[in-house]
Amino acid sequence: MSVSAYSERPAAKAGETDGFSVPWSRPRPRRAVSARLVSLITILILLAAWTIAAQLKLVSPVFLPSPAAVWTKFVVVARDGFVDATLLQHLTASLWRVFAALIAAILVGVPVGLAIGISRIGRGVFDPLLEFLRPIPPLAYLPLIVIWFGIGEPSKILVITIAMLAPVALSTAAGVRGVSRERVDAARSLGATRAQVVRHVILPSALPSILTGLRIALGAGWSTLVAAELVAATRGLGFMIQSAAQFLVTDVVVMGILVIAIIAFALEFVIRRIERVLVPWAGRD
Amino acid sequence: MTAFPGLPDKRGPSSLALRLPAPGPLYEERFGAGPNTQPRFPMPHLVLDKVSVHYDGQPQPAVERVSLDIGKSDSGRGDFVVLVGRSGCGKTSLLNVAAGLVAPARGQATVSGRPITAPGPDRAVVFQNDALFPWLTARENVAFALRLRGVPADKRARRADELLKLVKLADAGDKRIWELSGGMRQRVGLARALAAEPEFLLLDEPLGALDALTRERMQTTLLDLWAASRVGVLMVTHGIEEALVLATRIVVLAPGPGHVVRTFETHFGRRYAAGEPIRAIKADPAFAAARAELTDAIFEGEAA
Repeated sequence: MSVSAYSERPAAKAGETDGFSVPWSRPRPRRAVSARLVSLITILILLAAWTIAAQLKLVSPVFLPSPAAVWTKFVVVARDGFVDATLLQHLTASLWRVFAALIAAILVGVPVGLAIGISRIGRGVFDPLLEFLRPIPPLAYLPLIVIWFGIGEPSKILVITIAMLAPVALSTAAGVRGVSRERVDAARSLGATRAQVVRHVILPSALPSILTGLRIALGAGWSTLVAAELVAATRGLGFMIQSAAQFLVTDVVVMGILVIAIIAFALEFVIRRIERVLVPWAGRD
Repeated sequence: MTAFPGLPDKRGPSSLALRLPAPGPLYEERFGAGPNTQPRFPMPHLVLDKVSVHYDGQPQPAVERVSLDIGKSDSGRGDFVVLVGRSGCGKTSLLNVAAGLVAPARGQATVSGRPITAPGPDRAVVFQNDALFPWLTARENVAFALRLRGVPADKRARRADELLKLVKLADAGDKRIWELSGGMRQRVGLARALAAEPEFLLLDEPLGALDALTRERMQTTLLDLWAASRVGVLMVTHGIEEALVLATRIVVLAPGPGHVVRTFETHFGRRYAAGEPIRAIKADPAFAAARAELTDAIFEGEAA
């Protein structure tokens, strides 16, 4: 190790700080790993606290079933089912509703967002509608939708779609508004028509923002799911949890919550992957 | 200074680095009449005739009664017209009028006699911040204009590769835009503009964001492209040396509102095109003299 000619203090040994430099200002390649490790430890500690609390019967099992009991219930419900359907059937029913709603929200929300971002008339028409719709909690408009569309599957999907619409449309509009003026001008000077500018410049430019909107929309969708399955559902995770709550089967409630959390987490992961493939340039230009 | 063999030297005494044309709007000087003599340009010819630009909400116009023309110079190549001047003199506004991105408040902009009402591939623009599309590779960026026209994929890829070779980026076709340096990006931007097969290239400070060395290399690339393609060029720059190296004609603008102070016909770009190395040209005392003269013209009338 060479020592600077101007320095009178001894060079620090490898792995030691010399007391002058700030160690955390240096790049540390293993940081991501250690953050993950901390997360893992946190989860383990919480699990341990939960186990101990249940084991020592600090809280009645009616209120807090032990992790082991929840796991057992998971296996049982997965195999034998709960309220006339297996866990997988509940799960597919819910996933189908969320995804049908997501596709509907994309089909409606992206064009609406484009219209808001591109044209003044589009903004004038749709902006107030969205602003009206956005803050209303799903449980508030649920009865109206049931009155209008009945208690069938379409109503449930519609409720979730409405909840997803605003995030999709608004982030699309934000993405469109963020499109660089120069890129549009460049495309126009290369001979692009208005439609070609939308298709080849505005849509790809807005894609990162649209994907962010989809992530937010999925979150909103899951939170609306339980409300949607309040009405005349016979299957679905939300329905399962509510039924369990009515019979005070707390372990199924906890199990249902955990399943929803894990599914939502997995979807988030998938969307991040999709982002990496579809919009690798995001944040780099 | 030597005249080119085989070229009639209509530019007057060649011992002067810069020849000053008589003051007055260039258009009238050259064609003698008003704007209604249109069919006199069988060649591609971009004309701004007494153009004023006035942006909404601004107390005074950005540009007032500026005339420019970009056609073929006597060498058969397109004119290389460079706009220089202090900030706020309306250089970019004029370029945008020529591009069809800004409508003039008064006056007329025409290309080969047709009024300019919208941007078009006959007048491809290159911007300072490259304005490339990061979701496409370098090759796809270059091929963009061809894709808009529905050219088949294999054909446009081949053409894009040719153009990338022309701007000395033969190996960069598959690269993503963010993997390229600033200079490389501008090369891609130039190739993309050339793919539209424009009659005119409109360059809005294309080298402004580059470091000095890259800039010098890009200047020779620009001259090579210009000499090879015969497009007419309208370029905005802040670089005085750059203007002298590249231009066949330099138009000096002054702000408040933007107007033409002087127009210089220059020789240096032609000398490079005729084979003289760029360093030798820049080292020529005539170049230094021209530089001083142009600098004076730009800062003329500015309170010291």
